[in-house]
Amino acid sequence: MTESKQKENVEVKKDKKGRTFRNLSDIKIKQLYQPSEISDLDYERDLGQPGKFPFTRGPYSNMYRGRLWTMRQFAGFGTAEQTNERFKFLIDHGQTGLSVAFHLPTIYGYESTDERSLGEVGKEGVAIDTLADMETLFDGIDLSKISTSMTINAPASILLAMYIVVAEKQGISSDKLRGTIQNDILKEYIAQKSWIFPPEPSMRLIVDTIEYCTENVPQWYTISISGYHIREAGSTAVQELAFTLADGFAYVKAAMERGLDVDDFAHRLSFFFNAHNNFFEEICKYRAARRIWARHMKNKYGAKKPESMRLRFHTQTAGVSLTAQEPENNIVRVTLQGLAAVLGGTQSLHTNSFDEALCLPTEKAVRIALRTQQIIAYESGAADTVDPLAGSYYVEWLTDKMEQEAENYFSRIEELGGVIPAIKANFFQKEIANASYKYQKEVENRERIVVGVNKYKPEREVEPDILKIDDAVSEEQKRNLVDIKSKRDNKEAEKTLAELKEAAKGTDNLMPYILEAVRKYCSVGEIIGTLKEIFGTYTEDSIY
Amino acid sequence: MSEKRRIKVLVAKPGLDGHDRGAKVVARGLRDAGMEVIYTGLHQTPNDIANTIIQEDPDAVLLSILSGAHNALCPKIMDTLKEKGIDDVLIAVGGIIPEEDKDFLRKHGLEGFYGPGTEIKEIVEFVKNNLKR
Repeated sequence: MTESKQKENVEVKKDKKGRTFRNLSDIKIKQLYQPSEISDLDYERDLGQPGKFPFTRGPYSNMYRGRLWTMRQFAGFGTAEQTNERFKFLIDHGQTGLSVAFHLPTIYGYESTDERSLGEVGKEGVAIDTLADMETLFDGIDLSKISTSMTINAPASILLAMYIVVAEKQGISSDKLRGTIQNDILKEYIAQKSWIFPPEPSMRLIVDTIEYCTENVPQWYTISISGYHIREAGSTAVQELAFTLADGFAYVKAAMERGLDVDDFAHRLSFFFNAHNNFFEEICKYRAARRIWARHMKNKYGAKKPESMRLRFHTQTAGVSLTAQEPENNIVRVTLQGLAAVLGGTQSLHTNSFDEALCLPTEKAVRIALRTQQIIAYESGAADTVDPLAGSYYVEWLTDKMEQEAENYFSRIEELGGVIPAIKANFFQKEIANASYKYQKEVENRERIVVGVNKYKPEREVEPDILKIDDAVSEEQKRNLVDIKSKRDNKEAEKTLAELKEAAKGTDNLMPYILEAVRKYCSVGEIIGTLKEIFGTYTEDSIY
Repeated sequence: MSEKRRIKVLVAKPGLDGHDRGAKVVARGLRDAGMEVIYTGLHQTPNDIANTIIQEDPDAVLLSILSGAHNALCPKIMDTLKEKGIDDVLIAVGGIIPEEDKDFLRKHGLEGFYGPGTEIKEIVEFVKNNLKR
C-alpha cells in the first residue's frame, strides 16, 4: 500500500452518503486505527498493571479470576412483604447482592398517606414509611451475609439508619454491614430530580453520613456517585463521565473541608455508570474513569493510599435504550451492554429486563436478565483474563480521547466556580437537554438507527404480559402506617424529632439524631418534614 | 380560531415522577414546530396543573407520566377541569401507559397516548389535527 493510500484510510472522511461515523459522544471515528494513534502511550504511566496506579486496566490484579462481579438486580415494588418475596426469589436464583428500589414517596420524603403520594404508593419501588416496613423488607435475610445497595438520595441518612437498626435487631453490629447508599444529591439537581433540600444542607447530610460511617460502619459505601441517571436524562457518554467525576471530586472536597483525611474516607466512595449501546465507547468510558479518578485523587487531592485512588463501580444497562417495540430485542441489547460493562471491569452489574420500557419487570423477564449475566460470566470467556482489550489501537486511542474531553469539561465547570454554582447556572441541565434533543432529532432523521423503531419496524405490535401493581397496595400501606403510629410511643417519637430539629440548626453530625428518631418509629416523612423546617426546600428553573 | 394565532401548548409533569427527558424534548420539538410552549416543570399536583390550565388557557395539554401513577393523576386533573367548565382543551398523555389503561383514560377525556419511540412530528400532527377551538 502506498503512503498516500494509507493516509487516506485513516482520515475521518465522509462516506458516499455524506455521513461521518460518530459515536454517541459525537466523537468522529476513523476507518482504521494504527500504531501511530497511540505512539505517545506509556504503559507504566497511562495503563499500569491491573490493581496498580492509575488503574486503567482494572482495580484488582486478578479481576474476575479472583471473584466475579456482584450480580445485583434492582428490585422493589408494592409492599415490603412483596419485595421481600422478590428478594428471596432472586437469592434463590443465584443473585449475590440486593438492590432496593424505593417508591417515589419515600424518595421525596412523603408519607404514603400524604396527598402528594396519590397514585405513587408502591408503584415504582417498595413503599417504606417506618422501621417496621424495613423489618419486613429484610425478614429472613441475614444482613451479615449479603450486601445491600439502596437507591436513595435526599433521605439516604434515614434509610441507612433504618438498615443499621434492623441489623441491630438481628443481632448484627454495624461494623459487619456491607452495602451502599446512593446518597448522591448532586446528580439529582443535574439529572434525576429527586431533590428535597437546597444543595448546601444536602451536602452537609452527605458529609454527616461519610463521617458517621467512617467511624461506625467501615465496610459501607457511603456514596454511589452516579452517572447512570445523567446518561438516562440524555447526556452523552463523555458528559456522563465528566459530570460524574466532577461530582465525585466535589464530595471529596466537601469531606476534606469538614476536616476528614482523604485516605480515611475515599476508599468508601463508589461509582455507578450506565452501559449504553455503543460497545467500545462504553468500555473506554470505564477505563478512562479509573485513570482520571486515580490521577486527580493523587495529584490534586493528595491521596496517599492506593485504595483512595482506585475507582470501583456498579453498572446498569441503559434503561433508555430499551424499546417498547419488539421488546424481546432488548435481551440482545442488554447482552451487548452487559458485556461492555464486564470488558470495562465493572464490580457489579444490573442487567435490565426486556419488558422495562413497558412496566416493572415480570419474574420471567428478571430471570432472563439475570441469566444473561450468568451466561456472560460462565460461558463467554470474557471474564477469563484481565482487561482483554488493552493495547488495541482503537480502545487506547478512544480511552485517551474521552479522558481529554472530560478534562475540558472539568475546566469549564471550574470556570463557573465548581459543581454547585454550575448547577445553579443550569450548566449541566442545558448540556444534557441539548444532547438529548440532538439525539432525538438524529433518530427522527434516521442518522441514528434504532432497530424496530425507525428501521425494520414491526407490522403489528404485541405487548407482552406485564406486571401490574394492585391499587390495594396503597390502601394496605396507608393502613400499616396508621397502625404503627397508633402503636408507637408518640411522646418519645415527637421528642426525637424535636431534638433532631434543634441539632439541624447547629453543626452536629445528624446521624445519631436520625438513628434515635428511626428507633422510635418516626416515618421518613416525619423526619424529612422536620428537616425541611430548618433546611427549606429546593426549586429548579424549568428550562428545556 | 384564526389561522395566524400560534397554537399554545402546555407540557406538564404531574406527580412525583422526575423523568423529564421526554417532556423536555417534546416541549422543544413543539416550539421548533412554531407552537407557543409552556413547560410546568416537575412535581405538579393535579390542582397545580388545573390552575395553570385556567390561567394560561392553552389549546392543548400534554401530560408526561412515567411513574405508573397515570390512572390516579389524570382523572383528577380531568375532573377538576370539568368542575370549572373547561371542555375545549385537547389533552393527551405521554410516557409509560399500558394498553389496558388507555380505555379507562379515554373515558376520562384523554385523547392521545404517546409512548416510547414516538417521533415529535407525530405529536405535532396530533395537536394540529385535533384542536377543539
